[in-house]
Amino acid sequence: MTTSTPKRPPSRHWRLSLSDPRVAGLFWQVLVVAIAVAIVTFLWSNAVHNLSVRRISTGFAFLGREAGMPIADSWIDYTPKDTYLRAFIVGIVNTLRVAVIGIVLATVIGTLVGIARLSSNWLLARLAAVYVEVLRDLPLLLQLLFWYVLMQGLPAARQAWKPVEGVFLSNRGLILPSVPMHEANWWTVLALVAGLIAFHLVRRRLIAQQMRDGRARPTWPYALGLVVALPALVSWLVGASWSITLPELRGFNFVGGLTLAPEYFALLIALVTYTSAFIAEIVRSGIQAVPRGQSEAAKALGLKRGFVLQHIVLPQALRVIIPPMTSQYLNLTKNSSLAVAVGYQDIVSIANTTLNQTGQAIESIALIMMVFLTISLGISLFMNWYNARIALMER
Amino acid sequence: MSSVAHLPQDPLPIAPRPAPRALGGQFTAWLRANLFASIPSSIMTLVMLFLLGKALIGLWQWGIANAIWTVSGNDTSACRALRGAGACWAVVPEKYRFILFGTYPFDEQWRPALVVVIFIALFAVSSRRSFWRKELFLLWAAALIVIGCLMWGGFLGLSFVTQDRWGGLPVTLILATFGLAFGFPLGILVALGRRSKLPAIRSLCVLYVELIRGVPLISLLFMASVMFPLFMPDGVNIDKLLRAQIAFILYAGAYLAEVVRGGLQAVPRGQYEAADALGLSYWEKNALIVLPQAIRHVIPPLVNTFIAFFKDTSLVLIIGIFDLLTTAKTAIVDPAWQSFSVEVYIFVGVIYFVFCFAMSRYSRRLEAQRGTN
Repeated sequence: MTTSTPKRPPSRHWRLSLSDPRVAGLFWQVLVVAIAVAIVTFLWSNAVHNLSVRRISTGFAFLGREAGMPIADSWIDYTPKDTYLRAFIVGIVNTLRVAVIGIVLATVIGTLVGIARLSSNWLLARLAAVYVEVLRDLPLLLQLLFWYVLMQGLPAARQAWKPVEGVFLSNRGLILPSVPMHEANWWTVLALVAGLIAFHLVRRRLIAQQMRDGRARPTWPYALGLVVALPALVSWLVGASWSITLPELRGFNFVGGLTLAPEYFALLIALVTYTSAFIAEIVRSGIQAVPRGQSEAAKALGLKRGFVLQHIVLPQALRVIIPPMTSQYLNLTKNSSLAVAVGYQDIVSIANTTLNQTGQAIESIALIMMVFLTISLGISLFMNWYNARIALMER
Repeated sequence: MSSVAHLPQDPLPIAPRPAPRALGGQFTAWLRANLFASIPSSIMTLVMLFLLGKALIGLWQWGIANAIWTVSGNDTSACRALRGAGACWAVVPEKYRFILFGTYPFDEQWRPALVVVIFIALFAVSSRRSFWRKELFLLWAAALIVIGCLMWGGFLGLSFVTQDRWGGLPVTLILATFGLAFGFPLGILVALGRRSKLPAIRSLCVLYVELIRGVPLISLLFMASVMFPLFMPDGVNIDKLLRAQIAFILYAGAYLAEVVRGGLQAVPRGQYEAADALGLSYWEKNALIVLPQAIRHVIPPLVNTFIAFFKDTSLVLIIGIFDLLTTAKTAIVDPAWQSFSVEVYIFVGVIYFVFCFAMSRYSRRLEAQRGTN
């Protein structure tokens, strides 16, 4: 009887040859890292040398110096006497202001256009398709310059267009009626937010109860109480006033009301229309990804059209829609940096001015990158959380 | 067998009922189905027809009926007299040479024109599936060299033209094409690196891709135009166009890497294992087995990335490089033509649209072909 001796396991000793995958792996990694380190060292030593020749000190000390930079359109108090740090904060607020409002509007318009593309009305579907195709195939910067030129071509303040009472469109931008916010008003807003959160929690409990015993409970009394009555009560108690101020023309400019400067308005229109075209395509393909059988089955159960869309089709479509939508939101935020082309002072524009005034190129660009990386990370985290929440719950 | 016998006799065939008579002809039927299917749909159709008609009439009056097509010399008083009631298309014949070719010497502008033709021919050839062979790489290399020779000149009696005089459409096409020609191989390498088992290489690739994708393109262009000279040793001075080109290559590389990575993930494991079993090396395995399949998976998203990239080249306006959009914006600095920028933007918009629309149609056709295979 012959017993075959078991084969020895492969040697654990390292052979000093590139044919050994472990040695090869180590070799390539050391090589690539060494090249990367060498390049960075080379660039860095050049930069240090060049900066010392040009007498530019490195570091962020310049942030404490007086900026002397006028900023026309700002939501927080700012004068040219303030520091660079404050100017940067104004820039960040301006970027967020255009990005957040842009994301909300682009989502609404994009969803509507996306649904319109699937409409059974031929004309509506065609118009939506033309909207998408034209806006997607033109550079955003061209569209932005186009809107800005149109904005500048609007009549002067004295001959402003007045589509609705209290709304003016002129080369000073769009002027809307506004509600002056006092402290009492903010308390009411706070009550409204608290009411919304409370209503959401109550509704969740009611649905959980319905899951247990199958009895549907009306939610509207809670909605009425928490979202309508509570803020109204608070508003009455603290004595908030909700008088609307209509803007009016005095001399050559408008007094009162909320002004959207032409730069801001042009940037917002360009970003919203451009991004909404992409969002429309995402929404359309998301809805088409839901199998027809789902909506047919729902119709066979006798559910109404709106109910089918809201409870059967959209929840399933959202799973397809959310990941590409996230990257569109990121794109919109990054594209808001085109503001510099029309002179809207966002973070990139302010960093660019700072760079020209102080020569602190590395620090200014590092600040731009830090701000955008932070915003991108924030949006990604939020959308990932939302995506996980709506993900398919499988048994 | 026996069950057949029990089947009842064929019932008498019932003659099919005639189809309900459509009112009017085919056209009316179509109208009823697609435009007036229900009352809300009909109302919507009528409202849209009204708005569309109003918009089209307005456009017709502005763009054609009231428009002025030619003026003599720089005398734009006739255009100004319209006060915006009509377009001043005269700006296009007056300025198109500058918009298309920038400050390239006027008598030599046949050279950039030829370059544009070569580019378009190159794109047309590359889009044909039957040309997707190794020879295509040689063709690209040859074409890019010819383009460089034509633009620079300095031989065979062609006068030498420095890069700062290049402008217009050729610059846009150069930035986009060279950016893709170099960014694509870079993207493939980075995509492979990101899926590598070696931690140091993988993290370097992740760092590169996420850093570039996390920041706006403008900040990269600022880096190229402002920061790059700081990082160079004394005396080394790289041309502005080339610096922007490098920024574009790095930018394209990061985005294309992500698309290619998507394709790599779609290649089944068995393919890798089979290649390993055949004893292929890492590079052989990827070049011969994995990448051809991976890239075929992602051709439509690749073309979409190309479109986005082509549009993004217009951002060089902000750092003052004379691409198509910058020349358009500069053309209307001329005081006589200052107020006719809308017309000029529409003109360059049409050029951009033609390129992007052709690419997006192409991508859609590829997708449809893949669907039928």
